[in-house]
Amino acid sequence: MLIHLPVLQVIIPLLAAPLCLFLTKPRLVWLFALIVSGLAFLISGLLLQQVMTSGTIIYDLGGWDAPWGIEYRIDRLNAFLLLIISSISTIVLIAADTSIRKEIPADHHVLFYILYLLSLAGMLGIVATGDAFNVFVFLEISSLSAYALIALGKDRRALWASYQYLIMGTIGATFILIGIGLMYQMTGTLNMEDLSKRLPEVSQTRTVFTAFAFLIVGICLKLAMFPLHLWLPNAYAYAPSIVTAFFAATATKVAIYLLIRFTITVFGLSFSFTHFPLQLLFVVLGLVGIFVASTVAIYQTNVKHLFAYSSIAQIGYMIVGFSMTTMAGMTATLLHLFNHALMKSALFLALGAVMYRIGTTKLTHFQGLGRQMPLTLAAIVIGGLSLIGVPLTVGFVSKWYLVMAAIENGWWPVAALILLGSLLAVVYVWRIVEMAYFKPALAGTETIKEAPLSFLIPIWTLILANIYFGIDTRLSVQVAQAASMSLFGVTP
Amino acid sequence: MLVGVAFAIIWMKDLLSISMLSGIYGLLSASFFVAMDAVDVAFTEASVGAGVSTLLMLVAITMTGRSEHPVRHKPLLALAVVFVTGSLLVYGTWDMPYFGSAEAPIHQHVAPRYINDSMQEIGVPNIVTSVLASYRAFDTFGEVVVIFTAGIGVLALLSVVRRQEDIEKIDSFNNSMHEQHLVLRIVAKMLIPFIMLFAFYVQFHGDFGPGGGFQAGVIFAAAIFLYTMLFGMSTAYRVINQSFMQILAASGVLLYGSVGVISLLNGKEFFDYSVLSSNPVTGQHWGIFLVELGVGLTVASVMVIIFFNFAGRSENSPPPVSKDS
Amino acid sequence: MLLGHYNYWIVIVLMMIGFYIVIAHGNLIKKIVGLSIFQTSVFIFYISMAKIDGGTAPILAEGIEQYSNPLPHVLILTAIVVGIATTALGLALAVRIKEAYGSIEEEEIQNKDNLDC
Repeated sequence: MLIHLPVLQVIIPLLAAPLCLFLTKPRLVWLFALIVSGLAFLISGLLLQQVMTSGTIIYDLGGWDAPWGIEYRIDRLNAFLLLIISSISTIVLIAADTSIRKEIPADHHVLFYILYLLSLAGMLGIVATGDAFNVFVFLEISSLSAYALIALGKDRRALWASYQYLIMGTIGATFILIGIGLMYQMTGTLNMEDLSKRLPEVSQTRTVFTAFAFLIVGICLKLAMFPLHLWLPNAYAYAPSIVTAFFAATATKVAIYLLIRFTITVFGLSFSFTHFPLQLLFVVLGLVGIFVASTVAIYQTNVKHLFAYSSIAQIGYMIVGFSMTTMAGMTATLLHLFNHALMKSALFLALGAVMYRIGTTKLTHFQGLGRQMPLTLAAIVIGGLSLIGVPLTVGFVSKWYLVMAAIENGWWPVAALILLGSLLAVVYVWRIVEMAYFKPALAGTETIKEAPLSFLIPIWTLILANIYFGIDTRLSVQVAQAASMSLFGVTP
Repeated sequence: MLVGVAFAIIWMKDLLSISMLSGIYGLLSASFFVAMDAVDVAFTEASVGAGVSTLLMLVAITMTGRSEHPVRHKPLLALAVVFVTGSLLVYGTWDMPYFGSAEAPIHQHVAPRYINDSMQEIGVPNIVTSVLASYRAFDTFGEVVVIFTAGIGVLALLSVVRRQEDIEKIDSFNNSMHEQHLVLRIVAKMLIPFIMLFAFYVQFHGDFGPGGGFQAGVIFAAAIFLYTMLFGMSTAYRVINQSFMQILAASGVLLYGSVGVISLLNGKEFFDYSVLSSNPVTGQHWGIFLVELGVGLTVASVMVIIFFNFAGRSENSPPPVSKDS
Repeated sequence: MLLGHYNYWIVIVLMMIGFYIVIAHGNLIKKIVGLSIFQTSVFIFYISMAKIDGGTAPILAEGIEQYSNPLPHVLILTAIVVGIATTALGLALAVRIKEAYGSIEEEEIQNKDNLDC
């Protein structure tokens, strides 16, 4: 069965989703979804190990070879991504049963897990495939389930947020579809590997230029890259907490992956960055994104909103690292991909726990919460420190690599601006700390208890991972380096 | 013509006419597809663009009201964005191969194998079916999952728990209203079996002519819509059980997927149909048959689920506006 | 020379009309209509590029040499399904928004949200 791992990775959650309908008991379905997600986690671990030792795995679906059929092509980069997605999904699911009982009406629980599994399978499918059109199909699976999941939020604003996301997301997907169509028209193929061989011949044409522009804009819409981020804050703030924790850690990462895959693997560095003014554009937008989003985050009154804006700022860091077009920059981006997934899933899960106990995440309700929910709030503080980039956390590791990469490029101002951006993070994290620890508790909140274990276990697993990978960086750095090496075509 | 209709949609304020026009737009593009030799696509667009989506829009409008408020802000920014995007596209057409040219790269690479070899490799005259259900079977599987996702999504958004007294209330209301439609009812009763028969024909004839699981599913669902409209929701509810439809939708996806799982169990790649029979070409036939059946099943049941939930929402008076925190 | 691309230009005009409706109009249902016009025009674009002068529909038959390219047809079949799925979900959301806010106009909904904050 080992040779079938690439397809099993996607197909297990995909087929598990309709099976949920037969189980009908929400508790049972939760257990089932957890097992399925755990299985996907296991498979992705095996895949990563396989890829690290023996190189890229190619799997032809339907037994038809590449440009005629669809192939799965797992290299170091997407094996790494698969691991991030499936691990976060599994850990977040542990808390799902407790959390959604408070946030979603009982008759929707089974539907919730089905949609969750579909969106997991969709993301895994986007990452695993080596076919451009297949990307579009799985993108839509993950997006449609995402719209529905967000709309399950309790507040009526969840509906509006979901609708806006649907419009923006569909425009993005349609742009990607136009881009794929134009590429296909000039080369006659949809396979990424084949495209990368055939595109250079026609790279001077205006059609390919347009194809590239449309793909990039479409992906950036999905990525919520500044200034195309408007759908993100409300979608994250009003979705059920579990959904936010899952998406914040994975959805934008998948879009970053697509960006890397299309610019570097398919179009090639020389096209993307010399023929097209992508570098300047991305450095500027990335940096402006960091500052604007961090500043807006400082003024938020809802902590979920605050962290959502912080996510947009973090995307800025990844974009800056990506636009350096060096191996060091790419390594930093990939590291930050992994590290940010760890931080944000922990933080949003902790907010889910707060939501579970006090029913809101408004900043004013955090008064004195440090004494009533010490473990949850401690997790938020450590996650926040990681977000700032304090030593001994993962946040420090990725900032360190990012700054180093900038200096290596001779981009001193950029390095300085990255550090300055971290100062803004200090301000918004401090606002939460101040509220939770230095203000007296609100009257009538004496009865608030610590979050239940089903929350604390996944939260602290993630927080410990934040600290562990912040100290012992061998594993994550090694994988990120190997992935960026294979991207730039250097053999280790 | 298409441009005319599209412009009309911009100026119209009445949502009812807009949805009618968008149906016409779908129908026009379907006829355009026929002119472009894409008969399968035309078939689908006619049933979806002109049929299902118009129907859904009409049902949605009954709940949301017909008229659009005039736009107050100046749409200059929007115009600018549209203008930039459009000119970029026109710029991109400059180096495109000419329309209809046989020398274009897409006709030179990948596609020739489908045209020249699919008869030996798959043995089905309709190349679109071969590519859809075998060469790119995984895309089609994704498509079935997309439609399943939409079904579940609509269910999550719109499903209402029905109480017995509600059904009775609607019942009496329906009876009084529907007595006037006696002629229609009889005609429909005669028509529905034929529509269903046609759906089966399309389902199983997709190998040879245009058609296949998706189109068949939509037609089958259309027969049920017709029944529902004339005989009322509650009668339809009695005939067609909602949770049964959900199970059907799930089984369609599972049927499709299980074909792939069988290949896996036999040590071949996912969706390799050659394991289904000793003769590879017969194996392909079986594979395509089963897969199309899965598509048809899921599409028909999801369409019915979506329609029932929309219609069910509009028959039940909507719950009062809830003001939550 | 100019005639070689006129078909694509008409498609682009259609796409942009759809796109304009989506971003400039405030009515939620109309936005979805715009979205489906936008998508349908992209479908027309794909199908246009599959056409070969003198070719026929890609159903194998005796005595026919030239077929139009079947691959874009397959892709668009899939894309149409994705389109209807999106439309259905979008309309469902619009219906729920109407119930929750009592309106399907973008501005009114924004105003009501601002009051809540």
